[in-house]
Amino acid sequence: MDIDFYWSTFLELLTGVPLMAQLVSLSLAVGFVLAVFVALIRLSRWRLASGIAYGYVYVFRGTPLLVQMFLIYYGLGQFEWIRESFLWVFLRQPYWCAILAFTLNTGAYGSEIIRGGLQSVPWGQIEAARAAGMSGWLLFRRITMPIGIRQALPAYGNEMILMVKATSLASIITMLEITGIAQRLISQSYRAVEILVVAGVIYLMINFMLTRLVKWLEHWLSPHLRDAPVVATPAAALAH
Amino acid sequence: MEMQSHGGIRSGSPPAVPREGAQRSTEALSVVDLHKSFGTLEVLKGVSLDAHEGDVIAIIGASGSGKSTLLRCINMLEVPDAGEVRVGGELIRMRTGRNGRTMPEDQSQVDRIRSRLGMVFQSFNLWSHLTILENVIEAPVHVQKRPRPECVAEANAILDKVGIADKRDHYPAHLSGGQQQRAAIARALAMKPQVMLFDEPTSALDPELVGEVLRVIRQLAEEGRTMLIVTHEIGFAREVSNRAIYLHQGRIEEEGPPAQVFGNPRSERCRQFIQSHI
Ligand SMILES: Nc1ncnc2c1ncn2[C@@H]1O[C@H](COP(=O)(O)OP(=O)(O)OP(=O)(O)O)[C@@H](O)[C@H]1O
Ligand SMILES: [Mg+2]
Repeated sequence: MDIDFYWSTFLELLTGVPLMAQLVSLSLAVGFVLAVFVALIRLSRWRLASGIAYGYVYVFRGTPLLVQMFLIYYGLGQFEWIRESFLWVFLRQPYWCAILAFTLNTGAYGSEIIRGGLQSVPWGQIEAARAAGMSGWLLFRRITMPIGIRQALPAYGNEMILMVKATSLASIITMLEITGIAQRLISQSYRAVEILVVAGVIYLMINFMLTRLVKWLEHWLSPHLRDAPVVATPAAALAH
Repeated sequence: MEMQSHGGIRSGSPPAVPREGAQRSTEALSVVDLHKSFGTLEVLKGVSLDAHEGDVIAIIGASGSGKSTLLRCINMLEVPDAGEVRVGGELIRMRTGRNGRTMPEDQSQVDRIRSRLGMVFQSFNLWSHLTILENVIEAPVHVQKRPRPECVAEANAILDKVGIADKRDHYPAHLSGGQQQRAAIARALAMKPQVMLFDEPTSALDPELVGEVLRVIRQLAEEGRTMLIVTHEIGFAREVSNRAIYLHQGRIEEEGPPAQVFGNPRSERCRQFIQSHI
């Protein structure tokens, strides 16, 4: 076993991590906002908008991410008006095409997860809030959303892990993230197995950390599901 | 269906005996000819009632007679098909929507009036992600927009009064049913409501926990709070109320001072109902 080769490959592939982290964090962040938005439209009484939102979710869940990315990267340039608009500044770059594809994709999946979370909020707690004079945005922000997000968190953590793995597809539209660099190294050295093993290990490490992070977040957000404090210490009372 | 109301001023310490014929005080709540149907099922068929400051009105009746629906129509959790609701003299304005159904004209008015009606549910409905203290200060801070320190101080006093001050930093899931219901009462009290609405506050509790909740409600009655209490606890209702209403199939079948409604009702059905619930 060529330890030196593994080590140098490892160091080389690590240089792809920042780009991967950018792709993941940007598309997860924007995708989350999109997901909440789409989930709300899906749950609204506004039939037409709800139908359109459903169509979006259906299309992006029903087609491969790779096809979506190709269509965005190669397809959008076919339209004269896109090429002439300000959007072209972004859309001619593979970086933004990848982010757009990932965002739309995670937005679609995420919206279903969040919709499920919001729907599982016990109706009695919403009624109690309404009876206390809350409605609209206040009710959503203070009660429905915090409870619903907590319910959705485990499934959303899973979606995050899927997104980390999905970023490897960006290599196909020339992005030099972990998989992209791995491919370049393979074409130079033809030592595909060793290089891909190292790449796999790096994804594993990243997802290990991500899983810990989500678990910690769940724990931190759910003191109400943990054991009761044994004694109410004066210190705990003062902390409020 | 004009209801004769027996306004009574209550003050001072126990026993909570209504003083009939005492001088009429301000009207706290007035309901006129309330109708409500669910599909083809007519649940309220014209219910009217008045509560003056300090009235404690017990509402009894068989399952399905419309007790919960009546309370829920008062704070618009159900929108009545017809009729008027006034809280502290302020009429909740209604309009007819495009689909022909009635609805409140102004949601912000409904929100404001709801914050003056403290509702206590059978199933507590505390907000699970907030501690007991946070539950209690939530509406005062975010609906009534009062300064947080002031709300916390008041919340502490209220929690102390209902006997769960030591649970303030716990989450609802960590409390017994009786403690949760007392927390829910504290949450309602924190809004300084003009009228409290109780919908079977002890029905979800184990028998040994009923007493602690009834004790709190009795204390509120003695303080002269205006309350509507739907309950199956006949003995408690008789003792704590100054007026009782027996609902039957969406109508008020018997109404009067507790001694009459519980002791010597005119309606045979009411008599049977009470006998079967003692
Ligand atoms: N949201 C609803 N949709 C359809 N029917 C309803 C709804 N709410 C109540 N009902 C029906 O209206 C009738 C009266 O219900 P309500 O809850 O007011 O009775 P109740 O007197 O409170 O009974 P209980 O003592 O069992 O609580 C019942 O037949 C019930 O099934
Ligand atoms: Mg009921």
